[in-house]
Amino acid sequence: MFNKRINVFTGHFGSGKTEVAVNYALQMAKRNEKTAIVDFDIVNPYFRTTDARAILEENNIRTIIPMFANTNVDVPALPPEVNSLFQSEDFKVVLDVGGDDLGARVLSRYMEEISNGGYEMFFVVNVNRPMTDTPQKIEEMIASIEESSRLKVTSLVNNTNLLQFTTWQDIMEGHKLIEKASQKLGIPIAFISCMEENCGSVAEHTFSKVLLMDKNIRLPWDNIC
Amino acid sequence: MGQKLLMKGNEVIAEAAVRAGCRHYFGYPITPQTEIAHYMAKRMPEVGGVFVQAESEVAAINMVYGAASAGVRVMTSSSSPGISLKQEGISYSACAELPAVIVNIVRCGPGLGGILPAQCDYFQAVKGGGHGDYKMVVLAPSSVQELYEMTVEAFNIADKYRTLVMVMGDGILGQMMEAVEFKDKENIVAVDKSWAVTGTGMKRENNVITSIYIKPEVMEAHNNKLQAKYKLIEQNETKVEVYNCDNADVIVTAFGTVGRIVKNVIKTAEKEGIKVGLIRPITLWPFPVHAFEKYAQTPKAFLSVELNAGQMVEDVRLAVNGRRPVHFHGRTGGMIVTQQEILDKIKEIIK
Repeated sequence: MFNKRINVFTGHFGSGKTEVAVNYALQMAKRNEKTAIVDFDIVNPYFRTTDARAILEENNIRTIIPMFANTNVDVPALPPEVNSLFQSEDFKVVLDVGGDDLGARVLSRYMEEISNGGYEMFFVVNVNRPMTDTPQKIEEMIASIEESSRLKVTSLVNNTNLLQFTTWQDIMEGHKLIEKASQKLGIPIAFISCMEENCGSVAEHTFSKVLLMDKNIRLPWDNIC
Repeated sequence: MGQKLLMKGNEVIAEAAVRAGCRHYFGYPITPQTEIAHYMAKRMPEVGGVFVQAESEVAAINMVYGAASAGVRVMTSSSSPGISLKQEGISYSACAELPAVIVNIVRCGPGLGGILPAQCDYFQAVKGGGHGDYKMVVLAPSSVQELYEMTVEAFNIADKYRTLVMVMGDGILGQMMEAVEFKDKENIVAVDKSWAVTGTGMKRENNVITSIYIKPEVMEAHNNKLQAKYKLIEQNETKVEVYNCDNADVIVTAFGTVGRIVKNVIKTAEKEGIKVGLIRPITLWPFPVHAFEKYAQTPKAFLSVELNAGQMVEDVRLAVNGRRPVHFHGRTGGMIVTQQEILDKIKEIIK
């Protein structure tokens, strides 16, 4: 799961890429890997990696955010600091990319650097999102992301959820659909990601490759106590 | 109930409109509501509808005027500065009694402001942002599920009264993901639109849609007709959520997403022995005056919490009418009120 130096997270917008990427980086850091995460989302204005900056930095993860993230302008400017991650190989890198082909276009700028660095490109799927609720729609979304990023998706992530209403059964039903797309495209499912509070115990018993997540992107009315 | 999906607020607004029978959408992109247009661009061709990205917000609202005149269900959407641009067309449509749905996913202002969430367009929406004596129904949902249900309902209200209905949410609501459960069948209330301009077929007198009446007596009579209609809407369509208000020490008033923040504060306050109630207006116009009258003598004081510098609080004061003190707490500039801030303010009030 944590083999490659550059780990790119793509997907349909709203698939949960950011939560997965943040948790992936946190767990990579826990394995004593020198980790960096880049908020590469220049499409989505709210609910982004930058929101989890405090916990990332507490865990010694170098966090690179676009200059205008979480401010009052939506300027699609890339952080120049990103280049340093490609020039030296000190860090293992997590790239949290914006949704759809629009968000993935940013990768095209770094296509050569990413290809040369040895990468895994994850495609995060939640089958409860209407634009990725059939194997065919998943394939179409992957094709459009590959075209605009000029990179190949190498792994799928089953992040099927209904937020707090998620059950293990929902995740398994999602898995069946994603397996169909996986077989047709010849792209393996790397892991299942789910919130520890919803499905933690079941997940650990059933699948070996599970990313148990904590909720790091929060809403103003989430519990404070 | 039908399938449960995980959707973004903006997507749900668009899908709800399609489900409500809206086949005409005219808009112009602006953060944080652009996903409505994005979704419509893909969805409208699937259902044989029309999506037009207009050349400006002004053009879009005038396209709404045209489509509504032809009697079809029509919607436009924007965010604060874009809604300002639409005001002339809104006033014209209100005078011409055109049914249409306008969505405002509010961002902070004034001026160009910014892309972050706010509730600073309350005055503009409920007091008439455009010129002249008109009103429009303003719905303020607080969850993605409510966005869906209220958008469908907005079309019914618009048709029933030949009125404009605004669905107003802040940027959080437009951008957030939440589970939504669509109904198998929507409640679409069909009404007779024999007033619409659809061609006479040489079989009847021509209908006229206008916002100009040349004789002052006639213009006044038209104004009186509009006011009578607004009275009727006040009687029939006022909606409010009243929560935990019996014997409350403090009643907090908040609309939209802030209502959800307050609900969590109520839980925390309860643990500290403070009883907090919530009056959440669901229709901002017509304002639920009756709920305030009912509870006017209950708490020590009222507290209005808003993402603005103090707007709805004026209507709360009018409704409470001096019977209890009315306090205010708000944040601006895209900042969000926190649960702790609200709790501190409540404690300060009851001290």
